[in-house]
Amino acid sequence: MILTGRKISPGAASGEALTTTMGISFYGGVDPETGRVVEKGHELEGQSVAGRVLVFPTGKGSTVGSYTLYRLKKAGLAPSAIVNAEAEPITAVGCIIAGIPCVDHIPIEKLRSGMRLRVDGERGVVEVE
Amino acid sequence: MELTPEERRMLSGEDGPATKKAMEILLALGAIYGADRLLPVTSVQISGVSFDNLGEAGLEFLTEMAEGGGRVRVLTTLNPAGMDVENWQALGIDPDFARNQQRVIQAYARMGAATTCSCTPYLFGNLPRFGEHIAWAESSAVCYANAVLGARTNREGGPSALAAALTGRTPRYGLHLDENRRPGLTVRVEADLRGTRDFGALGVAVGRAVEARPGKPIPYLRGVAAAGVDELKSFCASLATYGGLAMFHMEGVTPESGLHAPPAETLTLTRRDLDEAIRSLDSAQGEADFVSLGCPHLSLDEVRRLAERLAGRRVRKTFWITTSRPVKRLADEMGYTAVIEAAGAVFAVDTCCVVAPIRGRFKVLVTDSAKACYYAAAKNGFATRFLPFEEVIEEALK
Repeated sequence: MILTGRKISPGAASGEALTTTMGISFYGGVDPETGRVVEKGHELEGQSVAGRVLVFPTGKGSTVGSYTLYRLKKAGLAPSAIVNAEAEPITAVGCIIAGIPCVDHIPIEKLRSGMRLRVDGERGVVEVE
Repeated sequence: MELTPEERRMLSGEDGPATKKAMEILLALGAIYGADRLLPVTSVQISGVSFDNLGEAGLEFLTEMAEGGGRVRVLTTLNPAGMDVENWQALGIDPDFARNQQRVIQAYARMGAATTCSCTPYLFGNLPRFGEHIAWAESSAVCYANAVLGARTNREGGPSALAAALTGRTPRYGLHLDENRRPGLTVRVEADLRGTRDFGALGVAVGRAVEARPGKPIPYLRGVAAAGVDELKSFCASLATYGGLAMFHMEGVTPESGLHAPPAETLTLTRRDLDEAIRSLDSAQGEADFVSLGCPHLSLDEVRRLAERLAGRRVRKTFWITTSRPVKRLADEMGYTAVIEAAGAVFAVDTCCVVAPIRGRFKVLVTDSAKACYYAAAKNGFATRFLPFEEVIEEALK
């Protein structure tokens, strides 16, 4: 299956999908020391985003969250790529400064955790391998 | 998005990796907001300067951008830092923090930004004219630039403002376009307003009212007879803090107010509404232990008024005077600084009580700034007294 969306952040990467129907706040919601989702009551609470293709509807929270993505990347704990239904500035800017491929305008309900995905941020394409 | 040959070159990496990354940030934001092209900007104001807000990751990013050959292409000034750059020891700043803060400022300096760290760049030379496209991040200055000066800027974040500085561009959307600067709500002010605290309280009342409405309409204020620069900067800080607003119109005061008819939907605010806003911030029980003036940074005239009132008297509480380096230098020359320091007040230049790392150091803040009250509670855990400018000074003398 090939899904075509919109290019947000360049680069290409593959990985196992980690999907949620909830928004993600990187600042305060993801621990930059461990890469785990720490937001109370979040569907992904306790799970690590490291190396996964993180699939979520849209970002939320403080703009400082862009730097959390950068910090995760430097620590080797960042998602390999991000797929959104609708990207917003915090996630988009975070992906670009950290060098994480990001594509949006994807029907994310078609994606399931555990699927092998390839994200091409240059072409705005998500491929289910 | 349609790009010019120069913009394509910046995106290609020919001008270095930092410029390329800056272009990528602008293109992503342009895509998200549906911009058709980039606009040249003439002035940038960058936020994300205090190490207290940036942290190690932010510092690493800035260092990477400086090492990646990033150079500002237009006049660029910085927001307040977490300390007085020259006099941090006197403010009790931790040496490790000071070292990291210096590294942040050095990274910006390497990229060519003017390292005056202030939220009021329009008071000392970063002063765009009517209609000019700019990219500013400091929320109170964004509101001042759009509404009072009639320049055009969205409310940028730290990285997007830096991206604008390194490319001289910003995506064309939002408040750069005529149709998004129209008022959507008339606010009739039936009160006699005087001084920075009253205008701050008006910002609280209007901000809260607009915040609660769908689509956050741009307010069109009527009935404000006169407003000085100091009062408008207080109002802008308050409106941005309590309403998230980047624009307003004030009949007879702001330059674009004459371009629009007042919207039919009307909200009336009376003295009672303003007093209620004041009470909501002037709520501390117990003895005040921290007094601060200068949020936003004091103008030269405010420093003069302060010096006049303090002359020959003695401050009994920790009293921070926060202002920009250029205004402080003028105050030095005018002799105001000597008078103020002889009274025992302390200049905290380049910084303010919002961005300095002072959590837990004090219990009760006294100020004339509604914005300072918000962050005192939210970020530092202080209770607040919200008084007129002159009464704040008297409180420090008690």
